Amino acid sequence: MTTPANNLVYERPEAFTETPTHYCPGCTHGVAHRLVAEVLEEMNITDKTIGVAPVGCAVFAYNYFDVDFVEAPHGRAPAMATGVKRVLPDRVVFTYQGDGDLASIGMGEIVHAAARGENLTVIFINNANFGMTGGQMAPTTLPGMKTSSSQNGRDVETQGYPIKVSEMLSTLEGVGYCVRRSLHDPKNIRLAKKAIRTAFETQVRGLGFSMVELLSTCPTNWGMTPVNSLKFVEEHMIPAYPLGDYKISDAIKQIKI
Amino acid sequence: MPKELWKGNEAIAEAAVRAGLEAYFGYPITPQTEVLEYLSRRMPELGRAFVQAESELGAVNMVYGAACTGVRVMSSSSSPGVSLMMEGLSYIAGTEVPAVLVNVMRGGPGLGNIAPAQSDYNQAVHGGGHGDYPRIVLAPASVQEAIDLTVLSFDLAEKYRMITMLILDGAIGQMMEPAEMPEMKPVHRQDFDWATNATMGKRERRLLTSIYLNPLDEEQTNLRLLNRWKEVQANEVRYKEYFIDDAEIVIVGFGTAGRVALSAVRTAREQGIKVGLLRPITVSPFPTERLSQLTGQARAFLVTEMNMGQMLDDVQLTVRGRVPVEFYGRPGGVVPFPDEILNEIKRINSAPTAGHTDARDAWLTRMTAQV
Amino acid sequence: MAAKGWIEVSDTYCKGCELCISACPQDVMELNMSRLTPKGYHPAHTFKDGCTGCAICAVVCPDAAITVYREITKVNTPVTA
Repeated sequence: MTTPANNLVYERPEAFTETPTHYCPGCTHGVAHRLVAEVLEEMNITDKTIGVAPVGCAVFAYNYFDVDFVEAPHGRAPAMATGVKRVLPDRVVFTYQGDGDLASIGMGEIVHAAARGENLTVIFINNANFGMTGGQMAPTTLPGMKTSSSQNGRDVETQGYPIKVSEMLSTLEGVGYCVRRSLHDPKNIRLAKKAIRTAFETQVRGLGFSMVELLSTCPTNWGMTPVNSLKFVEEHMIPAYPLGDYKISDAIKQIKI
Repeated sequence: MPKELWKGNEAIAEAAVRAGLEAYFGYPITPQTEVLEYLSRRMPELGRAFVQAESELGAVNMVYGAACTGVRVMSSSSSPGVSLMMEGLSYIAGTEVPAVLVNVMRGGPGLGNIAPAQSDYNQAVHGGGHGDYPRIVLAPASVQEAIDLTVLSFDLAEKYRMITMLILDGAIGQMMEPAEMPEMKPVHRQDFDWATNATMGKRERRLLTSIYLNPLDEEQTNLRLLNRWKEVQANEVRYKEYFIDDAEIVIVGFGTAGRVALSAVRTAREQGIKVGLLRPITVSPFPTERLSQLTGQARAFLVTEMNMGQMLDDVQLTVRGRVPVEFYGRPGGVVPFPDEILNEIKRINSAPTAGHTDARDAWLTRMTAQV
Repeated sequence: MAAKGWIEVSDTYCKGCELCISACPQDVMELNMSRLTPKGYHPAHTFKDGCTGCAICAVVCPDAAITVYREITKVNTPVTA
């Protein structure tokens, strides 16, 4: 089909490489990736961006973005990103981390990067489990939720309570922008994209640490179809992890996109 | 430059600055903290990066990130802190980026104490982090040498895309000596063809990682590291010899233990004992070839260390029973006196062992009786 | 009059997850059960008229597999001064 270019409404972002992702069908990691790629392209910052990949399902994130990438040890992406950004302050540096990486093994690194107000952008994927290793309990696993390492359901008496990362980090002075969004329907995906855009704008303007927490699905490990996984996010994840703006500094509120 | 009085830890910090250090990430731990403290003032003064990290784990991964951009970067710590850094060191080795780490060693294991020790020789030279990787390890015995080796460590790290560690004990970190600083070198950011410093629209994207999912790729990486190590072994072995020409007893000791041994050697020479000292400066690569040559000359070796005999194993591997090897160590943060080593020299001089007894066992028996 | 649009679904990227199908406001999408992609998935496609080119399918697609077009209804007439 020959198509005039101006018929085009949407196409795959150029900030993506041609590599198909390794994610399971319907996993919203892919949506989060796409939104980041779209934002980098719209802001025309692809050339000066350096990504920091985590350990977890997104370990191969570096294969999909057409930017320089480094690959961090499990949980250490915020420290590694600090190292990159401190010596190259004019570059755009982002980490992409899951909840096992960021909220479990990497809690020290993320809290202190945020507290120092590192001028970084963090994309935080909360899908309530360790995806890559086969769906074990994460700090974000909901009470009662069955995972491969909480087979009777997460018992809060012995396995503790979920950690609400956005709420926690928003108490830190160094944080400029900290919001939670969801990827479960078109409207929320658009809001998530706007948040990602604002987070990168925060960094470009040197306004401090920025993080977007994204409620995401894990159809394979949740044992649900992709469509039912979206319903699970809406019905169970959002009540436990309310969407909202946890911290937006006054300077960032002035940003018009 | 004229000589000035420098404290070891501060001298290392200033030498690194003058060698073009662009970023330092560290965490307080005795007896190394002066490096961190000094640089907390010096680096911002020069507009360079300094971060006191949340932990050694944070610090080493900041080093990792900065190293990936191709700048001169380092961290420093002491034994327990270096243990925490082992994760990062393994990743840095696997990613083949240059970085410098200073370990001002103290007594261990565990929390141990804050007294000078050489208890991390094995961790530095033979392992520490997981996986198969070599690293360069330099062992200064004076403040001046600490300065010179700090400068050298950056060149070596960059040349071989490898971790270079400086291991010194708390004594050298803490003591003050007259020493000469090098000239201030302007920061020169090299345009390495591997650095992930953003494409800036001028080149293809780059990736730095230590992941090789395909075992055949990982094997190739391991072999590449080993081949590079062979170059290091061929070109970078450094040591110092004292009174070695006619020595019948050869002491092998590094850092402070080597330095104390030198005092004992001088006294023994005054008493007519033909004893000399081989002091390895690169404990990795180890001066195997020179030591092997000396087996044709010496009738006995004495290894002196501030540990339970870690380098001793490397000496024995080289000597391979051709000549008796004896050991004298003070572990736990104890620094030997020259007299103690002199007594050992005299004992060996008057009654050389047949070489049938294990050196460490014999030492342990003598130590147990003595302590 | 509703806008007329159409989509192209890439066989390279589509994994047949059906998220676009449930999101499509016009209900004109389904998996094409008569075809398999090289990876072995039944790809999504539009099975009847009614696509408006709203791009909601592309917004929810985790694999950036969908390109969306819309017919230009307003003809640009050259303006002469």
